[in-house]
Amino acid sequence: MAEIILDDPNRRDFLYIATGAVGAVLVGGAVWPLINQMEPDASTLAQATTEVDIGGIAEGQIVTIKWQGKPVFVRHRTAKEIADARAAPMSALKDPATDESRAQKPEWLIVVGICTHLGCVPLGHQGPFEGWFCPCHGSVYDTAGRIRQGPAPKNLVLPPYKYVSDTKVQIG
Amino acid sequence: MSGPSTYVPKSAAARWLETRLPILGLVHSSFIAFPNPRNLNYFWTFGGILAFMLVAQIATGVTLAMHYTPESTLAFSSVEHIMRDVNYGWLLRYVHANGASMFFIAVYIHIFRGIYYGSYKAPREVLWLLGIVIYLLMMATGFMGYVLPWGQMSGWGATVITSLFSAIPFVGNAVTQWLWGGFAVDNATLNRFFSLHYLLPFMIAGVVVLHIWALHVPGSNNPAGIEPKSSKDTLPFHPYFTVKDGFSLVCFLVFYAWFVFFIPNYLNHADNYIEFNPLVTPAHIVPEWYYLPFYAILRSIPDKLGGVIAMFSAIVLLAFLPWLDTSRIKSANYRPLYRIAFWFFVLDAILLGFIGSQPPEGGYVIAGQLLTAYYFIHLLVIVPLLGLFETPRPLPASIADAVLGHGHGSAAAMSARATSAPNTRG
Ligand code: HEM
Ligand code: FES
Repeated sequence: MAEIILDDPNRRDFLYIATGAVGAVLVGGAVWPLINQMEPDASTLAQATTEVDIGGIAEGQIVTIKWQGKPVFVRHRTAKEIADARAAPMSALKDPATDESRAQKPEWLIVVGICTHLGCVPLGHQGPFEGWFCPCHGSVYDTAGRIRQGPAPKNLVLPPYKYVSDTKVQIG
Repeated sequence: MSGPSTYVPKSAAARWLETRLPILGLVHSSFIAFPNPRNLNYFWTFGGILAFMLVAQIATGVTLAMHYTPESTLAFSSVEHIMRDVNYGWLLRYVHANGASMFFIAVYIHIFRGIYYGSYKAPREVLWLLGIVIYLLMMATGFMGYVLPWGQMSGWGATVITSLFSAIPFVGNAVTQWLWGGFAVDNATLNRFFSLHYLLPFMIAGVVVLHIWALHVPGSNNPAGIEPKSSKDTLPFHPYFTVKDGFSLVCFLVFYAWFVFFIPNYLNHADNYIEFNPLVTPAHIVPEWYYLPFYAILRSIPDKLGGVIAMFSAIVLLAFLPWLDTSRIKSANYRPLYRIAFWFFVLDAILLGFIGSQPPEGGYVIAGQLLTAYYFIHLLVIVPLLGLFETPRPLPASIADAVLGHGHGSAAAMSARATSAPNTRG
């Protein structure tokens, strides 16, 4: 059989590489929308803020409101609860944060009501620190929503919020 | 599924089809003439039961989907509508919901059968890996199915399991939000879980085809753990194994029917008849029973990422068994020490399941930690070391020998003579 001698690189090499390159771009371009469509959509992102009237919340009471589909705890803390939170030594905290850094006004603690372990809603006024106790795997939070015992790695998350007036808070 | 077929079409129509698509020959060589070891016991009937369960889940699932609404405000009431209004809806739902549990009972027996008789060893490693893939797909399917009725356990189970991914360093929260399609388990999550719950069983069916293909290359392992050497060692699939599988399936169906008709909610949770409320977690959430051992492992590690890693590696390690087990003797019947270790491992798995169902307090936590440690010690220390130090019992000369005993001189002699002959497995 006669040997076919081709220049190197030849036209076929060029077509091979060019086709491969275009193919890779097309695959990437096709896969990305298929993955990205699963991200929160525009209508979900639009539920970004919620306003709460805190005027009716009595001292010692915790009210749960819904923000972005998640529970948010608004806790009107008693003087003892604030003092307990402030008395905790930093060395006893798994995710150290001062009480001052967790509440814009000391008597109002506003936290996302989702356990930072695996997402259950903790129960208020329960557990050894009388902050919160998560029934799912036993995480314990104090009256500043800081993690004190159990498998959760982080403090309850602080949502962005601002006081619109003395009795109105906008979350988000 | 491999090798030339001995099928001879009997009718003109069959011959016509066979020359165009040799599917009848494929069925004949795979499920009629296929030679199986003659000593298979009833533990080998669970493969057929599993195939039946997959078909049953698809048949009841597709019909349920004709009445079910995957929308967060309607899903719960559409399941009640299936239960009360749809003709035989209650039956379809109970057959489907209990079918998932039966499917898992069968797969656990099937997997432990493989572990006892060393079915994962050469030349069946790929077969074993495909089995693990099926098991993983089943777990994903069952999990997403349980979310569909949108009760309290559905929603909170979905929350806890999807939050496992938030333990991934750096990208964890982004991955979880992507899975949810929102900031919490909500309508977008339900919708996509329904789509995937519909899809995955058909993917399982595809992997089952590969699994059976990989099975039919070396053929079935057997209680003696030695390969067939002559035609004395095997019997044709039909009628011997079709009848045995059929009998076993009927017994299994009686057990299954007992659940469906007498205790249909025994394996369910009362909380799942309360509609999902994203603001209140039930006091005691537990996953479906078939995930409990792994759930116990997750909770035993007092660190979020550590727990998630331990749980996933407990599953993935099973895939490595062919390489963790250093013994070349397959059947535990001929391995006096491994046989004991095997039963301890079974006990460990059952106890872990019990711990997973209990609240994570006091003695349960410590027991869970000890059992978790033993699970890994078994797979990573005991199994590799036993193969090196254990003295196995002598293996029978052939399968026929193992069943018919040494008294049958002719059989032994036959098989001894036949060892040199190529065997005729399809
Ligand atoms: C591997 C096979 C399958 C397994 C293990 C499985 C498992 C499950 C489970 C555990 C549930 C929850 C039952 C309950 O408590 O109500 C469920 C529900 C459901 N599944 Fe499946 N399933 C399978 C296949 C399918 C298929 C192929 C479809 C077809 C669309 C389907 C459609 C449904 C529907 C519509 C529901 C909601 C109604 C209900 O809750 O009973 N399933 N599935
Ligand atoms: S989800 Fe709260 S402790 Fe696990």
